Amino acid sequence: MHDLTLVQMCHGLARRDFSSAELTRHLLTRVKAANPHYNAFITIGEERALAQAAAADQRRAAGDAPTLCGLPIAHKDIFCTRGLRTSCGSRMLDNFVPPYDATVVERFAAAGAVVLGKTNMDEFAMGSSNETSYYGPVTNPWAADCVPGGSSGGSAAALAARLVPGATASDTGGSIRQPAALCGVTGLKPTYGRVSRWGMIAFASSLDQAGPMARSAEDVALLLQVMAGFDARDSTCLDRPVPDYAATLEQPLAGLRIGVPEEYFGAGLNPGTERAVREALAEFARQGARLVAISLPHSGLAVPAYYVIAPAEASANLARFDGVRYGHRCADPIDLRDLYMRSREEGFGDEVKRRILIGTYCLSAGYYDAYYNKAQQVRRLIRQDFLDAFAKVDLILGPTCPTPAFAFGAKGGDPVAMYLEDIYTIAANLAGLPALSVPCGLVDAKPVGLQIIGNYFDEARMLNAAHRYQQATGWHRLAPPLPTEASA
Amino acid sequence: MSIQRADIEKLAELARIHLSEATATATAEGINRVLELIDQLRAADTTGIAPLANPLDATQRLREDLVSESVDRDALQAAAPAVEAGLYLVPKVVE
Amino acid sequence: MNWETVIGLEVHLQLATRSKLFSGAATAFGAAPNTQACAIDLALPGTLPLLNKAAVEMAIRFGLAVDAEINPVSVFERKNYFYPDLPKGYQTTQLAHPIVGPGHLDIELADGRTKRIRIHHAHLEEDAGKSLHEDFHGLSGIDLNRAGTPLIEIVTEPDLRSAEEAVAFAKQLHAIVTALGISDGDMSQGSMRFDVNVSVRRPGEPLGTRTETKNLNSFRFMERAIAKEVARQIGVLEDGGRVIQETRLYDGDTDSARAMRSKEEANDYRYFPCPDLLPVQVEPALIEGLRATQPELPEARRARFVTEYGLSDYDAGQLAADTPTAHYFEAAAKASGDPKLAANWLMGEIAARLNSTETAIAACPVSPAQLGGLLQRILDRTISNAIARQVFEALWNGASDADTVIEAKGLKQVSDSGAIAALVEQVLAANPKQVADYRAAADDKKAKMLGFFVGQVMKASGGKVNPQQLNELLTAKLNG
Repeated sequence: MHDLTLVQMCHGLARRDFSSAELTRHLLTRVKAANPHYNAFITIGEERALAQAAAADQRRAAGDAPTLCGLPIAHKDIFCTRGLRTSCGSRMLDNFVPPYDATVVERFAAAGAVVLGKTNMDEFAMGSSNETSYYGPVTNPWAADCVPGGSSGGSAAALAARLVPGATASDTGGSIRQPAALCGVTGLKPTYGRVSRWGMIAFASSLDQAGPMARSAEDVALLLQVMAGFDARDSTCLDRPVPDYAATLEQPLAGLRIGVPEEYFGAGLNPGTERAVREALAEFARQGARLVAISLPHSGLAVPAYYVIAPAEASANLARFDGVRYGHRCADPIDLRDLYMRSREEGFGDEVKRRILIGTYCLSAGYYDAYYNKAQQVRRLIRQDFLDAFAKVDLILGPTCPTPAFAFGAKGGDPVAMYLEDIYTIAANLAGLPALSVPCGLVDAKPVGLQIIGNYFDEARMLNAAHRYQQATGWHRLAPPLPTEASA
Repeated sequence: MSIQRADIEKLAELARIHLSEATATATAEGINRVLELIDQLRAADTTGIAPLANPLDATQRLREDLVSESVDRDALQAAAPAVEAGLYLVPKVVE
Repeated sequence: MNWETVIGLEVHLQLATRSKLFSGAATAFGAAPNTQACAIDLALPGTLPLLNKAAVEMAIRFGLAVDAEINPVSVFERKNYFYPDLPKGYQTTQLAHPIVGPGHLDIELADGRTKRIRIHHAHLEEDAGKSLHEDFHGLSGIDLNRAGTPLIEIVTEPDLRSAEEAVAFAKQLHAIVTALGISDGDMSQGSMRFDVNVSVRRPGEPLGTRTETKNLNSFRFMERAIAKEVARQIGVLEDGGRVIQETRLYDGDTDSARAMRSKEEANDYRYFPCPDLLPVQVEPALIEGLRATQPELPEARRARFVTEYGLSDYDAGQLAADTPTAHYFEAAAKASGDPKLAANWLMGEIAARLNSTETAIAACPVSPAQLGGLLQRILDRTISNAIARQVFEALWNGASDADTVIEAKGLKQVSDSGAIAALVEQVLAANPKQVADYRAAADDKKAKMLGFFVGQVMKASGGKVNPQQLNELLTAKLNG
């Protein structure tokens, strides 16, 4: 049952092959058994999930079944869930139970989904390996000594391990696409403003975007259909019609113009990864797409610009965690300053502290122009690169990450080595463009991802291309050996 | 540009994060590595380029002036570390 | 050698919106602690700001009233600092691109001249909560009901030269914003608060080092705080010292000031554009729509009161400055049919009673219609002014209308000549000595002596005799 895709599960539920209660119990059993090994979940909401499943079965029996009625999913622990602990991977929020739901959570509830639990993540979504989580790292189901990527590593690993058929995630600089690539699943970061940010704990507000992860483009389309749309509670969420993403999945790719940016195939790209990506490009060509060499000349400045803008915004976004109204508070503060200084020292991990301090520095008197303002100017140049490119092509394809999953601790000593993991993913966040990652092969028995970047609000075309590719190749169907099977 | 020990202490104060003696040096080193990275921005010619604070060319929506939030104080204060008589308690505020 | 005082003001004005600047929580004053602080106001994780349209419109109305340019695009920024009354750890405010650009306000000086005070800009921002220092075992209690209440901060150029000018400006500003209806102007509840930047210099020299005294919440405190600070700075300089740039706190209860303990120079606010809010675009149509519906401002109203009601410029100014008073006046003028009489009563009897009972005109127990009915009875000579004060007393204490009071208490003025003549006869008969004295007196003394008889008749009648008729009859009888 757990090997079914979301769409297959939908059909199974609709045909009454199994009930939501049966499906939910089955997956919960797997989650509970596997979590000690993968650590993909921070919180398992067993009772809630079973109650939701029972309610979903009743709705279906009453002939009132919405899109995802009875379908089990998991939410990244960055989305506030009313009555269910929401930690954002941080000691700071270890005891935080929100009195409200994120819009994304509400939408899934309205669609009838069952929430199995909250997935592990880098603390406050700051990381590319899931090693910064207060709850410990997540193990990559493909390689027990390797990271799953981050920050949405829990969602990606849970999908790869067949613990859950669909999950929410968020992407500020690659946090959906990079773990999707490293765990061999499909993940989409939508256009900035496509999905509401209300109730999603902010890292860098002008870059953060929620998106779906699943095991196929078809499943991702189904989840995006639920997530996307206007929300009056988020001023940056745009009021644009949401197309029927499933309707265009099968369209032929003949005539599609695919841009291949030279900058995405330079030094630092693992040769195996490059081979897999080039094979994927060839498949698109076989289906009638036209490959066009393009240049995104400011690509090299994306990571530096990002590491000014994201920390700057984060330094302010994380100022609310002060031990006064909620969250971690140090013991016996001697005065107000002590309350702040120690609560934040104890509540935040090293990477979060580092980024807050960098952001504070970039905004401080005398440095604003040289860093913050300069980075925002470069951001405009990067966006312009894409606007120029999309005047000539429909989609831009390249690698999601420079290498397959790396070992735990491999980049521990040097923050910049870790930051360069996102060298191909960050630009889409700076420009606000949609981008997705699909599995495109194995390198050293570990999955690698193909990145598809689209024009603003062109998710349907991206999903169409991804789906056609997956129909032709099947890389997304590969599953890692499960721990019991591996040891057997 | 690189930061010194005194700079890191000032930043920590601004950000209200206590840094122990043991971690301050390592933190400064890490930050300096990142500053080397972001100093690459200097190479970019941005003459006449307007900063882009938000990727969308959209403008702010306005909300009608309606009281739409009902406040359940108990629910909102359930997560508070210290509350008395509906007030959040903190060490004495000195102006 | 004399000193010149240089003053600039920053005025924080709470806007009279129903809900907060960035949330749908109520702004009403006086609720139980933290019952008007919603998840957004408390900065719970994942919450986002939504900008209140009415606040934007009120800021524009203010800009139009001071002839300012309304910026077509304004930007909210984050001002970062930690304070327990600031839940997000930053204040959302405007810096580089405020909604209201440069403007000006003309104030009237004591000698009757007018002086133009330039306004540097005005911007929208959110108010902070409050720290309560009492009764928490040495801890402070934080109430965030006020957090997120919309403010405009109005910043003047350093054009004011004395405490008196500063107060004149503040009062004029108060008159304008209440006339616009964008603030209740209730200073006792913090709706209008002043930060004063003060420096002194020898005339002709460059500006001296300034200090900022924060959060003055009455005209009197502002005047006192400026006077004290000017004297302090002059004292420092004349003793050969230097004024230190600092933020000071003034305590109205003790009439004393001190430097704040928290060090301002340690602050580095790290402003940057708030990424949760997009640039605010103000369309010309919105500005024109607001311009077309601007309420009348005190200066225009004053001129109208002179031409429309024939009031003196002084009286018109008195009545036009305060909007509720002006509204009361116009209603009473209409109800009575005699604007001047209404003005006299409003500035006399009513002002005195409101003052002595500390009642706002909006809460005046005597309505303009009730006052109008009373004045009509004076005008048609049903009652005298003296009786009218009795009737007013009854109205103040809850009586329904003047006619009912006059009827019930039998206060109707006696205008029947026969009845008055009988009373006169009675009084003259009872006071033969005074009659003889009067008749023997020189003509120039007689007018004064007549008062005795008037008083006696009034006493006998309970004050109800028409005074004019009485005078005529008495004079005729005594001289006849």
